[in-house]
This record gives sequence, structure tokens and C-alpha cells, in this order.
Amino acid sequence: MKTMLTVISNALCRITGKNVGAQTVPELLIDLSEYVNLTSPAAHASAQAQRQPPKPPPVSTRSSAASQLARAQLDQLDGPGARVAVTRNFADFTPQVTFDIKKCDLHRLEAGPPVKAELTREQGLQYYRTMQMVRRVELKADQLYKQKIIRGFCHLYDGQEACAAGIEAAISPSDHLITAYRAHGYTYTRGVSIRQILAELTGRKGGVAKGKGGSMHMYAPHFYGGNGIVGAQVPLGAGIALACQYRGNNQVCVTLYGDGAANQGQLFETFNMAALWKLPCVFICENNKYGMGTAVERAAASTDYYKRGDFIPGLRVDGMDVLSVREATRFAADHCRAGKGPIVMELQTYRYHGHSMSDPGVSYRTREEIQEVRSKSDPISLLRERMLSNNMASAEEFKEMDVEIRKEVDDAAQFATSDPEPPLEDLCNHVFSNNPPLDVRGTHPWSKLKSVS
Amino acid sequence: SWTPSRKHQRTSGPVEVTVRDALNQAMDEELERDERVFLMGEEVAQYDGAYKVSRGLWKKYGDKRIIDTPISEMGFAGIAVGAAMAGLRPICEFMTFNFSMQAIDQVINSAAKTYYMSAGLQPVPIVFRGPNGASAGVAAQHSQCFAAWYAHCPGLKVVSPWNSEDAKGLLKSAIRDDNPVVFLENELMYGVPFEMSEDSQSKDFTIPIGKAKIERQGNHVTLVSHSRFVGHCLDAAAVLAKEGIECEVINLRTIRPMDVESIETSVMKTNHLVTVEGGWPQFGVGAEICARVMEGSAFNFLDAPVTRVTGVDIPMPYAKILEDHSLPQVKDIIFSVKKTLNV
Repeated sequence: MKTMLTVISNALCRITGKNVGAQTVPELLIDLSEYVNLTSPAAHASAQAQRQPPKPPPVSTRSSAASQLARAQLDQLDGPGARVAVTRNFADFTPQVTFDIKKCDLHRLEAGPPVKAELTREQGLQYYRTMQMVRRVELKADQLYKQKIIRGFCHLYDGQEACAAGIEAAISPSDHLITAYRAHGYTYTRGVSIRQILAELTGRKGGVAKGKGGSMHMYAPHFYGGNGIVGAQVPLGAGIALACQYRGNNQVCVTLYGDGAANQGQLFETFNMAALWKLPCVFICENNKYGMGTAVERAAASTDYYKRGDFIPGLRVDGMDVLSVREATRFAADHCRAGKGPIVMELQTYRYHGHSMSDPGVSYRTREEIQEVRSKSDPISLLRERMLSNNMASAEEFKEMDVEIRKEVDDAAQFATSDPEPPLEDLCNHVFSNNPPLDVRGTHPWSKLKSVS
Repeated sequence: SWTPSRKHQRTSGPVEVTVRDALNQAMDEELERDERVFLMGEEVAQYDGAYKVSRGLWKKYGDKRIIDTPISEMGFAGIAVGAAMAGLRPICEFMTFNFSMQAIDQVINSAAKTYYMSAGLQPVPIVFRGPNGASAGVAAQHSQCFAAWYAHCPGLKVVSPWNSEDAKGLLKSAIRDDNPVVFLENELMYGVPFEMSEDSQSKDFTIPIGKAKIERQGNHVTLVSHSRFVGHCLDAAAVLAKEGIECEVINLRTIRPMDVESIETSVMKTNHLVTVEGGWPQFGVGAEICARVMEGSAFNFLDAPVTRVTGVDIPMPYAKILEDHSLPQVKDIIFSVKKTLNV
């Protein structure tokens, strides 16, 4: 134990340029707490207690050995040694900060997205709010499912929030988006209220699809679901991109799929046609490491999903960092808008829940693994820590937002559990669009039901 | 320069047009009328269509509106459905409907069900068209009739034209329809000329989907059929007329939604019903007609059980003599009518 502490303290000293052995380890850790992403409650408390303007970062570069010892996530923070441009104003919050973000792995691309991302205070708060809202909605859905108020399939998105938030930050509402069944996050970012989302999950008439679709079939303008058949949404997305090209409107279609769907044949058919016709389609693989209960190594001969487009350029992106996702998506969308054809993005991400609510999610992965991701790579925590350590917002602000968001979600859940179910008269409606009313056979010949558009 | 087949008539009156040309005219007119309409499929553009149905269209409308696809049914059917979701009006051609099986998930789960699942938020205005059923000598994998499979599914309209007027009027209606329509053509009918009325030559001529047509009036027995076998029924009716048996021949035109009312009205007059189709008997179009007639008002007017004349319940063989005996012949219809009438 003592040896381990010594190793740790030596490493921390090298990182920060302090003299090895000059302080005891506990003193060292406290001193270094502003540089290190400590997510335990105790660390938060101590950090808040000593809230002062952060010291200017040391100019010295890190030794490579220390870099290797440092956790991957430390790189992501506006940490010491990183070259950071900061506008400082000690009286107010910092209005804008430029952060270093991870360089993307590239496939058939000379250059990738920028390695720096600008974040304004407003943007930060907005991304935080979006991600936290998705998080809380998903947890509420978990709760409602366990109470049997939500039935059937429920595939939760918690852990992956940076993907939905980052993508939406990079595109405009006039762009298009389609995804698979883990869709609640995107339904929200594409503009559906959480009331309508939760009420759709509980199967009420106030749901976005009037209770007729459920978890996997929610729609909004320029959002095409919510698709239950694995991989089927990928050709659909390319078709939407074809419509954009056909109309010459400079819009793109973001077409999402998972690491499991990446092995579907129809994806390769779609890649071929999208490349052939230069469709403005951003294909995005959300690689959360598991296709249901099957780890990627057991399903794919090549887990380099960003290369699977073969002749289509690709990039692999840290999907837990909302800024990385944003910059990469912007880069990808620009690529398409410039008429260069489709592009494939792999977002490396993680889901805390199992595949769906019927999967505990611990038979094929360890609780330790889940906990490690939660503590080191949680997208919401990463953003909050970044903003706090750069004085872009206060902990109180975040707390207030959390309380507000919880209340909104509770209110929405209240609506979703009290709204009535759709009336039986609606049973046969919406079979056809723009059609005169027609008769529908019921369960027996005397049951003659009516269907209107 | 070549233009799609159209006989420009200065004088009024009917004109002879093959089913192929009627389909071509329908697509040409709808492409011209609405710039959201486009055609995609294998060989539809530069090859002029595997069966020449889209002859001349690529030359007239170009790459943007007439799109050659690779051999990727599931992929391009999905692309077509996506384009429809985004507001275009695609015509997705399957070289034959046998190949639509590779794409059937996109037809059913992405196209047919979406308007319902979205409670009206997302319409899918698409036409899937191509030859269906048996051809000549193409053997088992290329001869299946898909009328029953597609007509089983709510959210789809399924249309099966017989003659040139049917082909043109129904295809125009299908393209203008805001819903997914499966349009089942027949390869053996493409080259057959039919007289087309003056009305049917108008650019606004459409035939409503969901309405059957009485091709021949009669009092003794009702023959109900679709596609190529309507012609067989009319041939049988001509022979039977010489023996004093007058058949009423109904051309369904639409399989789903089926015009059961026309069948019932006819049965209430003739008291006898024979269905004729090229597809297999089990769970087929004729089976559905039997069930519907039994459940409805016409049952009490039947003097005999309904008879189904269908394809033989086997995969289609290749040898000509075997193939000929795998599908209903005119003599089978005549025999069945006489059995039903007990004469």
C-alpha cells in the first residue's frame, strides 16, 4: 500500500513539476485536487470549501512516462501542462474557454476535426442541461418500467448523452436525423418535449405518437425515429440524404446505428450507394462495446467501425466528451455539405444500463467495469468539472439546474402517469394517409371498425 | 430523338396500346406532373428497363429522376422508403417481385407500418412496382405470386392490373397516393395490346384504387380474378356462353383493399362464385374471398360452395408441359364452373 502511494505521489509530482518527496501524500493530493478529476463526494466538498481562482498552470511540459501513468481522462480536462488560452475575469464567470480535445483516429482522411474546441458559458450550460435532462428522463423511465407503468421494450441511453447532445450542437434543426431503438435521447434533442416522450412510453394519448408507437417509434419534424429493426434505419437515412441532394438544400442526414448493427448486410449495400452517388449522409456508429450481450470482439472480425465504410472516409471519436462529438460532427457535416459524399464516424461510448430493461447488463460485463466508466468518463461529470475548474459556472448553478431538471422530469412523469390512454375509437385510425375513411375488420365478423386518416 | 411511346391522336377515339406502353405513359405523365416523383431500380435508366417498361424515360428526365441502382434490393428499397419519408415520391422497381423478398422488411416494417406507428406524423408515399407471378420457363425461384403475402398486411395497398387501361389508370393513382402501394404487374401481359378509350388517354385519367370492374355481365355464375387470369376468365366465359352459361367476370384490379361489395352484389345475382388466380391455394386471394363472402350478406344467396381455381400447390417446374399444368388453364375454369353449377 505504501509503495503504491509512493508510486502515485511520484507520478503526480512529475505531472505537476513538484519536488518528489517534498510533501506527504495526503498534502500532495489536496494540493493537486484542483488538477485531478476526483468525483467522490468528499472531493467535491473539499473543492468547494477552497473555491479560489485557480493557479496559472505550470509551463513545463509533462514527461512522457508521467503521461502514460496518468489516466486517460486527465488528458481531457483543462489540465496542467495543457496549452490553454483563457480569458480571465476573477469577478465574473469566464465567458469562454478553449479546450484541448482528443485527436481523432482517421481513415482515408488527410486531416481531421480540430484538436481544440471553444466553449462559451452559455453553450456549456446548455449542453449540461440537455445531457442532464436526458439522464434524468432515462432514470425516470427505468423507475416507471420497474413499476410496470412502462411495458414492452425500453432501451435506455444513460451514459451516451454526450453523443446526442454533441451531435445536435453541430447540426441545425433543418438537418435530418434517424436512429435505431435507443432513441429517447435523440427524440428530446430533436425537439420533442419530455412530457410527450414519457407519455408515449406510458402509452397515453398525450404521447408524441398518441400512444400507438411506444419507445421505439417516436417521430418529429426532421427526426425519423426510433426504428425497431436493427440496421433498417441505415438505408432509410441514406434515402433521406438522397432527398436532400435531390432538392439541393444543403442539408445533411445524420444516420445512427450501433456496433451490433454494424454487421448488417444492408449497411454495406447502403455504404456502396451512398458513396457512388455522393449522398450527404453522416453515418455514425455509436459503439457502446456491446451488441445486447455480445462484446464487440465476439461479433466483429474488425472492431474498427470507423474503417468499415472501406472506401468511405472515417473517424473515430471519443463519444464521452460532448465537445469532441460536436467538433467531429461539424467536421463530418461540412464534409458532406461540400459535396464530398458520405462519411463514417465511430463514437466510442458506453451505456450504463443493460441492452434493455429486461437485461440486467451484468452477465456479460462486470459491475467494476460499469463503475469505472461512471467514475472516470461520465459525460455529464466531465463537462461539469471542466466548467467548474475554469470558473465558467458555479457548483451552486449546477445544483440549481439539477433541481430544476428533476422537477421538470417529475412533472412530466406525473403527466405521463395521469394522462388517459388513447380512446378505443382511435384503434384503427392512421392506417392510411390522406384517405377517405375505411372499414377495418375487428376480431370477429360483427366487429366493424372505422379507420380515418 | 426517341420519345416514349405515345400515339398522338388528332382524331378522337380508342387506340391500341400495349400494357408496357400504358405503364410507360403513366410514369412519364406523373414524372412530368410532379417533380418529386422519381424512378429507381436495376436497369431502369440506361438499359431502358429490364422489360423495357421505362424505355425512353432516362433520356427524357436524366440521372436525377431515373436512377440505376446496384443489385442491392434491401439497400435501395430502404433508400426509396427514406426518400419518401423525407417528402419525395419514389417509384421503386423490383426487377421481379421475387427479389422483393430480400427487401420485404423495408416494405412492411419501414413503409407499411410507419404511418400507424407515428399516429399520422410520418406518411410514406411510395410505389413498389414490378412483374409478379409466373412468367414463361423461368422456374421456381422466379415465378412466385406475392399478392397474398403483401395483401396480408395493413398499411399497404396492393394493386394488380390486368389490361392497359388498368395499368395506366392504376399506376397513376398509385403514384398520386400518399401511401405505400405494391403494384403487381405481369411480365406475360407487357406485350399484349388492348384498346384504350379516349378518356383513358387523358393525362388526368386515373382509376380509383379499391374498386373492382365488371368486365362482362352475366347471370349464372360470378368469376372473380386479377391480373392475367382475368383474360382466361373471359376466354372461358366466351366458350361457356355457347352452351348457354352466362358468366359475370369481375376484374378485382385491387387486392387490398378488396372490393368485396362488388363481389357480393354479383353473387346475390348469380348465386354461384368461382375465384381464379395464379398464386398458390393456401392462404391465398381466393381463400380470402371465400372467407369474406361467407361472413357477409351474400352467403345466403349461394346455391353452392365457392370454388377456388388456383396455381398447383408446388414450386414452379421448368419443363413446358409441367409448367403449363402448374397454372389454371381455360379448361380448368370451364370445368370448375360446370361443377359449381352442377351441370
